[in-house]
Amino acid sequence: MHITQISAFIENKPGRLAEVIGWLAEDDVNIHALSIADTTDFGILRLIVNDPQKARALLKSRGLTVKLTDVIAVALTHKPGSLAKVLREMDKINASIEYMYAFTSRSSDHDAMVIFRLENQEETTEKLMAAGIEIIDSSKLEYLSK
Amino acid sequence: MTTNQRTITLNSMEWEDTLKYWNPYIETMSRDEITELQNKRLHTTVEKIYSKVPYYRGLMQEKGMLPADIKMIEDLPHLPFLTKDDLRDTYPYGLLAEPLSSITRIHASSGTTGKQTVVGYTKRDVDLWNECMARCLVMAGSDNTDIVQVCYGYGLFTGGLGAHGGADLIGASVIPASTGNTRRQLTMMKDFGSTVLCCTPSYALYMGDSLAEFGFAKNDLRLKRGHFGAEPWSVNMRHEIEERLGLEAFDIYGLSEIMGPSVSQDCPYHCGLHVWEDAFIPEIVDMETLDPVPDGVMGELVFTTIDKEGMPLIRYRTKDIASLTHEKCECGRVHARMSKLSGRSDDMLIIRGVNVFPSQIESVLLESVGLGATPHYQIIVDRVNNLDTMTVEIELSETMFSDYVKGLEDVENKIRGRVESVLGISCRVRLVEPRAIPRSEGKAKRVIDKRAL
Repeated sequence: MHITQISAFIENKPGRLAEVIGWLAEDDVNIHALSIADTTDFGILRLIVNDPQKARALLKSRGLTVKLTDVIAVALTHKPGSLAKVLREMDKINASIEYMYAFTSRSSDHDAMVIFRLENQEETTEKLMAAGIEIIDSSKLEYLSK
Repeated sequence: MTTNQRTITLNSMEWEDTLKYWNPYIETMSRDEITELQNKRLHTTVEKIYSKVPYYRGLMQEKGMLPADIKMIEDLPHLPFLTKDDLRDTYPYGLLAEPLSSITRIHASSGTTGKQTVVGYTKRDVDLWNECMARCLVMAGSDNTDIVQVCYGYGLFTGGLGAHGGADLIGASVIPASTGNTRRQLTMMKDFGSTVLCCTPSYALYMGDSLAEFGFAKNDLRLKRGHFGAEPWSVNMRHEIEERLGLEAFDIYGLSEIMGPSVSQDCPYHCGLHVWEDAFIPEIVDMETLDPVPDGVMGELVFTTIDKEGMPLIRYRTKDIASLTHEKCECGRVHARMSKLSGRSDDMLIIRGVNVFPSQIESVLLESVGLGATPHYQIIVDRVNNLDTMTVEIELSETMFSDYVKGLEDVENKIRGRVESVLGISCRVRLVEPRAIPRSEGKAKRVIDKRAL
């Protein structure tokens, strides 16, 4: 039910992102989703990719500090109110979000997706599922982002 | 002379003792015996310098002193100091006390802080040097069965040839690897089965860090001991090196002006570095008044050589900061112990009026291993709007890395808090990518002071 996200620490300097993404391209790593949390000095690049283990080995060999983190992906329909509904449910069960990012996809029934990193993720995810929120696994993610 | 005494004494010593001491006669002297030897040798040295080195004679005459005024070591503080400036003023041969025909070796300092300073050794001086280095190696537990890889630079720098000479004297197998090419160093270390490593502590750490990168594991190495010196390093850094390379690390001290490596080193009790007092008299003086301070008080380390022929030096100010103790050590040696260097007065930064030594920051970082802090750091000092600023850059390790901003900011803040509480001044901590800080195969460059520009 979890999805593996890869994060890399990169210094905030010109050309660095292009370089890092370039390495992934060279090795045929496909990026499904991406977000960057940035400060003045550094950025945390977070990626959902087709092969996280391969991406991890690749970036490590280039000397980056990388980390794999479990996140969850919530499938939505791409229309007003669907994200609001999920967030309301989360609020009801006192879920705390460490970070999140969203993207749309071309699938007909679930054409939007939100990636969440939650506090007490496992427990919270079960509660969300019980509340009828659809959490998707990585095989489905692969399909959705085609 | 000392070598003869050694052969005589060895017969009467237990096997266990011969393992611990290279020169049991000298190394187990009592304080009275050391003092007697020093009184005699100091007097001889002063007489020799007065008659053969016009420059120092001039300094003594300015103070109205004659060699006869120096009868014992208590008289030492009356004598004028020598500094690196005196060596520069007399460049290259002005402080030699022997004709060049007797000088068999010339070394020069690295010149990190200006013009090179030149030192001349006679054959006997080189023998004494090898003797002192042999004592350091044996004190750590080495003998002729060891394979000693010397990764100090060979050349004008005293590190390479100094360590080499001592290892050669004890009959060890010496690998004169010199500096550079880390992959080759590690390959040799593995294939040749090196048991003893001699290099700078920062290079030792770097080699430890590079093991995996070059496809080696700690278990591939057979290292037992390391003699690391030529730059100040903390106890925590010692533990780091020991952990990464799987050896026992010894702190070896020396400076070319006095001898090179082996002026002092710690014994297996690791409670200070034994100065070979039959050859060197150590003093600690207050950094400002230059008056001698009691044991245990930090100050500038000053050496007088009392068994050197080529270029004997009286009260040479090293600019290194340490303290002394004359208490007998558990290892059986009475030879005075100096504390691990807490820095160099040259390296000392004055930031907003506060004295800061890079080694203090290093200690904080290594104490923060719980946070996963790496010992790879650099201090950047600048002046913004007439105010000094200090930024400590630290390489981010995997254990420090949490993938949300707050987590990383927490790490920065914790380290900043510790640095600030130790130094008493505010600073900025900046996490950087691994290997962003330049590595050094010699002396590490820890400080970038942009204020000087």
